[in-house]
Formats: sequence, C-alpha cells, structure tokens
Amino acid sequence: MKDRLDEMTIALRAAREFTDGAVVNLGYGMPGLCANAIPEGRTVFFQSENGMLGYGSLATDAEKDYEMINASDQPVTPLPGMCFFDSAASFDMIRGGHIDIVVLGAYQVSEDGDLANWGRPGRPATGMGGGMDLAAGAKKTIVTMLHTTKTGEPRIVRKCTYPLTARRCVRLIVTDLAVIEVTGEGLVLREIAPGWTLPEVQGLTDARLTPSENLKEIEL
Amino acid sequence: MVLNKIFRNCNEAVADIPDGATIMVGGFGSFGGLPINLITALADQGAKNLTVIANMGGVGFELSQRIKPGGYQDLGILFEGGQVRKFIGSVPALGGMPPNSPLEQLYNEGKVEIETVPQGTLAERIRCGAGGLGGFYTPVGVGTVVAEGKEKKVIDGKEYILELPLTADFALIKAHKADKLGNLVYRKTARCFNPVMATAARTTIAEVDEVVATGELDPEVVVTPHVYVHRIVEVRR
Repeated sequence: MKDRLDEMTIALRAAREFTDGAVVNLGYGMPGLCANAIPEGRTVFFQSENGMLGYGSLATDAEKDYEMINASDQPVTPLPGMCFFDSAASFDMIRGGHIDIVVLGAYQVSEDGDLANWGRPGRPATGMGGGMDLAAGAKKTIVTMLHTTKTGEPRIVRKCTYPLTARRCVRLIVTDLAVIEVTGEGLVLREIAPGWTLPEVQGLTDARLTPSENLKEIEL
Repeated sequence: MVLNKIFRNCNEAVADIPDGATIMVGGFGSFGGLPINLITALADQGAKNLTVIANMGGVGFELSQRIKPGGYQDLGILFEGGQVRKFIGSVPALGGMPPNSPLEQLYNEGKVEIETVPQGTLAERIRCGAGGLGGFYTPVGVGTVVAEGKEKKVIDGKEYILELPLTADFALIKAHKADKLGNLVYRKTARCFNPVMATAARTTIAEVDEVVATGELDPEVVVTPHVYVHRIVEVRR
C-alpha cells in the first residue's frame, strides 16, 4: 500500500488557499484542523457559524473554555479584535457573501461541483447544520475529504447519489491523493500525492480527471 | 408587563409548561449556551407531546461520554423521557456519532417526527416569527430536499424558495447576566441562538449566571431588551 496524505497534511494543503486578509469558515470535522495550519505571514479571520469572528488556534487542554467553541464544539483561543454575535447575524454574514472561503467536509462531490455532505444511507436523522447556508453563500467552497470511502468506493463521482447540500458550489477538492479543481467543464487534476500516478488516482475516481498541463506533486 | 420576573429555581420557572406546548431551546450544540438547568427541570416536570425547536437534537448522556470524560446532559434527556412529539432543527443527529442518540433512536422507531432545517434558515424563520413577518425567500436549499413542496421564485435571475416563520409558546434560553428587569448580556459563543429565540416566544424563560441590580448593565451592551424576557432564574456557575 502506498502512503496517502494524513488529515493534518490535507488541512495544511487546503489552508495554503487562504489569501492574506481572507474571512474563512471551517466546517465540521477535518476542516477544523485548518485553524492550526495558516501559512506563515498571512492574516486570516476565522468565522464560526455559532457567532464568532476572528478566533485563533484550537485550545489546548489548559486553555479550554466551553463557552468559546467553534461550530464543531471544539474550544478555540481568543485573538485581539475578535467579536461575538448571534446566530441570525452570523447567517446574514454567510448568506450575504461576506465569507471569502469555506472549507467543508464531504461524502461526495460531483464533476459539476455538486456537494453532498450531510446525509447518507441508513442515517435519515442526520442534519445539514450550516452546510447548505455556507455552500450557497461563501464566495469560494473548498472540500477536504478522503478520496475514497472506508470500503474503497470513489467519493468524487459523475453524479452524487447522496442527498445534496448545494448544486455547483465546490471550486477545489483536496484529498489524501490529489488536489482537483472544479472548472464548470469537468475536473482538472492539479496536484497528486507523492508516489501516485494519474492512472492510479483515476482508478479511484468515478468522474473523469483531466491532468493539468502543470500537474505536479502536492507540496506544502 | 410583569414586574417581578425573578423565580427562585428552574422547577418553578417551568412548572406551568403544558402538554402539547411548542418550546424553543437556545444554545448551539451540547455546550456553551444550552440552558441545561431549565432543560433538566422540564424533564423532571414531565410535560408530554412537546414540539421542540432547537439547533441540535443532542447526543444524550450515554453518547456524551465519548465526547467529554464523565459525560454531560443535553437536550437528549427530553427525548429519553418520551416528552417530544416533533423536533425542528438543523442537526437532529450527528453523522460522526453512532446512530443511537435518544432522538435518532426514537425517530428510527417511528415515535417522533423530525423537520430538518438549514441552520441559517432556522435562525431567520425564528427572526421572522419574532418580527411579525410572514416569511422570506432564500437561496439556501435550492436544488435539494429542502426545496421540496416549497414555493419557488426567481428574483433577478437567481432561484429562491419561500420559508415560513416560527414562533413558540415558551423559549428556554441561557444568558450570562440579567438585570432585574430582564435585560440580558451573553458570554462568548454561548450567545448563538439564545437572543434570536428570546424574541420569538410568548413566554421567554432565561437561565442566567448572575442577576444584577437594574442599572448595573451598560445600556450600550445589552443584547436582549427586557421586553422579551418574562422569567429569570439565577443558576450560579
């Protein structure tokens, strides 16, 4: 078995997309690791849908305050200039186009950029949380996820079979094997995990991947 | 307006909640902003057939031990007691947890109804109810199951769906401090859904860390004006 990237490396690669001064929301699960992965020298303002803008890294055990948590229920640390607001104001911010980048987890992404990230077979009671609002309102949606399911099924598909979060919203997919751009006219493979080949990654992907002219190894 | 809003304890503050009531419960997830002492008082009180509007359905004590050593109570206690007929919220159950939260178990047994609402849409439906509006058009949920059966409208070339207001008989909320009139301030992310829900119920009951004298809260920092708050219980942290 070849090595795949671990979750922290995926988060580090996704966080390289954060431009200086960007307002960024991190979704439930793996995306939360991006709070500890900001590229050196850049300022990023993290927004959390429970009503917080400008928080810092994830809190250590000694720093934990359960009245200062991100939307994944993880305690985070304060930064100068941070502010708090209620849920309605938070989603005005989200729907109104004031979030530059959202990083979300996914069960499936389609070649058109459709996102399915909240419901799966056998679990009819799970909910979408703020995912639909974020996918509809953020200027750019990045997905971080494992390239395949636990049983090896592709998650990057021609058409989503799981319930949709939003249509045509994903712009970039970062997995443990690849960085893939959603162009609106198919998927372009931009970067590939060290030691992996295009045919190998294509073999684990249901949708067709077009290699970029500048296809390269994922670097951090 | 009621002038004496201070209740001695949570049990007295929730004593008259009747069977069949619609109840908003503030907070976000399992910690930070959940009015847990009012929730457990309602569990003791035993009202049945409730409709509960809250962001998350809670995990219940058993699953909570996977999240935090020693475990904790959350909204799950109301489902465990079979008190709820219908849940309206954005995360009835967490996909990352085993499928045996009290709400998910009851749902799978056909014993409770669930209306799943995108989180921002939930907040805005409550704000509409609070503000006397008849609904709003939102792009959130277009092209998904959320849009099924809802009026659709194209405005300036963009698709929207109509969402309707939510109100409640009671709101159980958590704030940091209240003055004796009921003006409220919050602490950090424990604000979340609390100020929104406080405005949308006929009777709003606030669990607070501290009650201070009227005049002690800076009017510039009051988040919830006292007109929305009907009962106050101090539960020291």
